[in-house]
Amino acid sequence: MEKQDPYKILVVDDEPDVEPLVLQRMRRQIRAGKYSFVFAQNGIEALEKLREDSQIDMVLSDINMPRMDGLTLLEQIPNVDPDLRAVIISAYGDMKNIRTAMNRGAFDFVTKPIDFEDLEVTIERTLSNIEEWKEALSSRDKLVALQNELEVASSIQQSILPTQFPQSTGYQVFGSMEPARSVGGDFYDVMHLENGRVGLAIADVSDKGVPAALFMMSTRTLLKGAAIGNSNPSDVLREVNDLLNAENDAAMFVTVLYAVYDPETRVLTYANGGHNPPLIVHADGSSDLLPLTGGIALGLVPELEFDQDSLTIAPGDSVVLYTDGVTEAMNAEAEEFGNERLLRVFSDGPPESSKEANTAVLNAVSDFVGETPQSDDITCLTLYLGSVGS
Amino acid sequence: MQASESGGNGGPSRVVVNSDSLTIKGEEKAGALVALTSGRVDGSNAKEFQNALESLLDENVNSLVLDLEDLAYISSAGLRVILLVARRIHSSQGKFGVCSLPEPIQEVFQISGFDKIIQTYGAQADAISAITK
Repeated sequence: MEKQDPYKILVVDDEPDVEPLVLQRMRRQIRAGKYSFVFAQNGIEALEKLREDSQIDMVLSDINMPRMDGLTLLEQIPNVDPDLRAVIISAYGDMKNIRTAMNRGAFDFVTKPIDFEDLEVTIERTLSNIEEWKEALSSRDKLVALQNELEVASSIQQSILPTQFPQSTGYQVFGSMEPARSVGGDFYDVMHLENGRVGLAIADVSDKGVPAALFMMSTRTLLKGAAIGNSNPSDVLREVNDLLNAENDAAMFVTVLYAVYDPETRVLTYANGGHNPPLIVHADGSSDLLPLTGGIALGLVPELEFDQDSLTIAPGDSVVLYTDGVTEAMNAEAEEFGNERLLRVFSDGPPESSKEANTAVLNAVSDFVGETPQSDDITCLTLYLGSVGS
Repeated sequence: MQASESGGNGGPSRVVVNSDSLTIKGEEKAGALVALTSGRVDGSNAKEFQNALESLLDENVNSLVLDLEDLAYISSAGLRVILLVARRIHSSQGKFGVCSLPEPIQEVFQISGFDKIIQTYGAQADAISAITK
């Protein structure tokens, strides 16, 4: 906190002998380059000096002066520089004026006749308060800047999530992500592949915030590249896992469910890298979780082989991919939403669109948690097959 | 832990973390260091969880049993800490085991595949005998 230039102190007093006295008694500090002094005879002159010289750090002012007294000066100082600190010199025992001065924002006071040792202590305390104040202001500015950057990061993140979903004959897709913090670790993606097939990915990066967001962005890019180059979901996960493991000292990992849907055959092939098992909702309203494929979250172990599974989806069925923000959402009693509740979301009837399925899951979670704050990103991506003839 | 050779049960025990949401106690049992974890680990206290386990390891022990019997919840951020601890221990040729996983935690380990990369044991005694072998 060492300041290069001496602190500049404005002394305001109408008595002519104050200036030589201060310069004499503070000569060591002045010579050491610690303080420098400027002088004014009254409040008006003081304000002029303050306006001319922005380098002044603090004001030391008498109360009774012609033209403008010290108490009026105190009121005016914040208009010139709200960060200035003022110390008042008052007659000994003049509690009324001292209180008025403190109420008007004086930082401290000293009494006449001035004890210069005490004055130096007071000046030091005032200057160190100014330093702390400046530091607090600069951290606040940095925090605001950081907050702005986080908001930019968050909007970048939201902007990479698809908002246009395939509405092709026979099937629909809809996805949404509600981040818990401004920058989340979940994402989903929808990829158009060869021969009319569609790739569906949902992922959850360990942890939240900026590191998770960075990891998420690179996972998404790798996944997109791998999805275009490989037709088997298991090969996609193997490739992404190897690439993530190549540089991962931070031990970040990501759970991924990647599925490819072929509208020609209505076959959904999926590989699971440590992610929650997808929910399938049948046309009769019954639900099941798809079996795990024995995979491990990506980024943990290199050169891993992944298995895949496939199933034929019937018209009217929906497959809901989701993150653990859904099943682990907690209510005020610290109960988790859990698989059982998820399996009951559609017990009154199946959804009639992908968006409806998504919304039904999110609404069930939000009804369950009530006012409890959201602690994890909540993400859903639904594939819905229209019933025959629809 | 001053490398104390307290054989049998009931060695020195102390609390390394005790917050509203998480308690971690270090305890010496049958020559092994056991970290008893209770409460919940999520993104908000994962750092605390990590610091606590690392402070236990900093005392010149390179093997650890992590007992999760009273853990109600662990998020992926908590799993990541377990992974970091496992990596640190393995890099110093130590042994690491996790034991007494309650059903929901077991499920998290199973879904994420962590049960395939972190050695888990049913009972604490099994974990202790495995890492002190």
